Amino acid sequence: MTDVGGEQRSAETAQVAVREEQIDELLDRLESDADPIEFDGLHAAAIESGYALSTPDSGEQTGLDEAAFRSALKESDLAAYVTNWYYWEAVVGHRGRHRRAFLRHAEGAHHHSVPERYAAFGDGMHTEWGEVVVTATLGANGERQYQIRHGDDVDAGDNDADTGDHDADTLVAYDDPLEARELSTYDERGRYRPLKSAPSLVSGWVFENLDGRDAVETLDVLYPASVANWNLEREGELDVTHWRETAERQTGIYDVVEDLPREGVEWVAEACCVDSQCLKRREWQYDDGDELTVDGGSGAFPCREPCSLVVAAARKWTKLEAEETHTYEFELTPSEKEQIEAIIEAVADGRVDDIREADVYEGANRYRARFLRAKRFDEEGNLSGTPTHSEES
Amino acid sequence: MQALVIVAHGSHLNPDSSAPTHRHADTIRATGAFDEVKTGFWKEEPSLREVLRTVESEEVYVVPLFISEGYFTEQVIPRELRLSGWDVSEWESDGLSADTATLSAEDTDQTVHYCGPVGTHEAMTDVLVRRAETVTGDPDVGEGFGLAVVGHGTERNENSAKAIEYHAERVREMDRFDEVQALYMDEEPEVDDVTDYFESEDVVVVPLFIADGFHTQEDIPEDMGLTDDYRTGYDVPAEVEGHRIWYAGAVGTEGLMADVILERVADAGAEIKSAIAAVREATRKADSNPEKDAEGETQAAGD
Repeated sequence: MTDVGGEQRSAETAQVAVREEQIDELLDRLESDADPIEFDGLHAAAIESGYALSTPDSGEQTGLDEAAFRSALKESDLAAYVTNWYYWEAVVGHRGRHRRAFLRHAEGAHHHSVPERYAAFGDGMHTEWGEVVVTATLGANGERQYQIRHGDDVDAGDNDADTGDHDADTLVAYDDPLEARELSTYDERGRYRPLKSAPSLVSGWVFENLDGRDAVETLDVLYPASVANWNLEREGELDVTHWRETAERQTGIYDVVEDLPREGVEWVAEACCVDSQCLKRREWQYDDGDELTVDGGSGAFPCREPCSLVVAAARKWTKLEAEETHTYEFELTPSEKEQIEAIIEAVADGRVDDIREADVYEGANRYRARFLRAKRFDEEGNLSGTPTHSEES
Repeated sequence: MQALVIVAHGSHLNPDSSAPTHRHADTIRATGAFDEVKTGFWKEEPSLREVLRTVESEEVYVVPLFISEGYFTEQVIPRELRLSGWDVSEWESDGLSADTATLSAEDTDQTVHYCGPVGTHEAMTDVLVRRAETVTGDPDVGEGFGLAVVGHGTERNENSAKAIEYHAERVREMDRFDEVQALYMDEEPEVDDVTDYFESEDVVVVPLFIADGFHTQEDIPEDMGLTDDYRTGYDVPAEVEGHRIWYAGAVGTEGLMADVILERVADAGAEIKSAIAAVREATRKADSNPEKDAEGETQAAGD
């Protein structure tokens, strides 16, 4: 997967060639800026007696003339540092703070040295992001390449470990980030996905040979704003807006959601915001200092405020929760009571389509449900013939 | 570094609602006039609350893909984008003349040029006419034809009717169609009675909506008598009471809408003349071979 001299090498000898223009760029930088270069362990400076150069792995060299300096930069133990500097400072640059931070994260740059990373690139460095995996590899002259595929497809193409649903030949290859829009719009049954972070992203595709910008752009299509929010959180700047503030901000038809009782908000979070429903990690709480008891999940990127789906659903629940309870009398056998519970469980867990047609041992089986309806519903669809609203009301 | 952010309603239920927004963004992106072109939605992602943080540029033009000035353009969008110090008086609008206001986004510190909605821009009139050309397949359509511009009406938003009247009058002034009439869904003159308002045998009906959906695909075709049941489809043109009704569907699906978005940005001070020319050329070619596909719909105010 990598182009590290064509064969696997150890950390110490991971080899990469330096291009003259990369060195030109480095010299230009030393000329245009009086400060020395201090980057990921590379120290390079223009000093009175020529040039100085050092890395954690090499001794310090000083007083080099330009030819010697150029030559030294191409040495095997320095090439990784030079190409690494070039990629981060000349290619990626510092515009796009969140993009840069994510790409640094994707190769463990916050924690690992250049030689460690260059060695690890051999197998590709993987970052899980929602349901997808970003794999960073090394291209020519230290250029990074990124690949994005569904987590179910990470082993596709690896003949020794082909456990996924797809092999490399059947993955549909893309290279334009905007093509991720179509992929993320429908689930595997062709149903619209209004929530991009729902765990229902289709598999069977791969984005290959992306540069850093396109890699982050692809993630931003699959999981909008996730990279920005992840980095803001990492840098301690995530602007979490809790339930109360979100509810109070609403106007128009959503104005009512601030009337939802606190325990109702707990149920909203349990219904909508757990990992089985949404891969964002819920960081918003009922209010600042007033945490919800439901688990926020373990996603890679945070959810910083109740989303529009939650607000729209909460509007419905606010209205429903305004109703008073009423005591009904139903005639049910113990098994029928359990069957109703089984049906609710199956719908809530999205298992209805998994229940086999003839599996009459499942309470939520279609025939079982039809039998119950035939037996217990009257012509108006009332359970046990009990009207929803009593005659007086 | 300058970016364009197109903001639209979107839908939790219907993927076609945001489809035109994405397509117009793609058209504009292809011109290369902006470093970034992004979309943000009230009901989809990225949300209006978070779209600006996905933009790296410090200067951002925000264009609302909405038909009229009102609840969304005056309250929801500025609030959700966190435009510091926004007040609707910044636009000094009479309900049709909102152009641009320059503000700062509280959470990102970006400079935001907040533009008026596409629906009230004068260039929108050209899109209505283009839509008529597209649906009839005749680039010179006009003579012998009537044109109806259809809107919601004033029930939800009085500016909605203003925009309809404005464009109907502008088309009328072109002296291109034999007759031009504004019609409404929920008030007189009603779209149900479309044939009562035209003498011309051929009538092009263009709803001034951003995307196709419930109103434009179900209500209006049934109300006009194009079909008894929208699910069975309808002919274009369809014979109704001695008239041929050329029903165009939502004007917002027309490729030339991308031009109106750019006009808004140009009015806000961006130098994008060549992009405007490129988009006009690209959409003219594209629209000569229209896709008869379904798009999303606009939602009621307050939704």
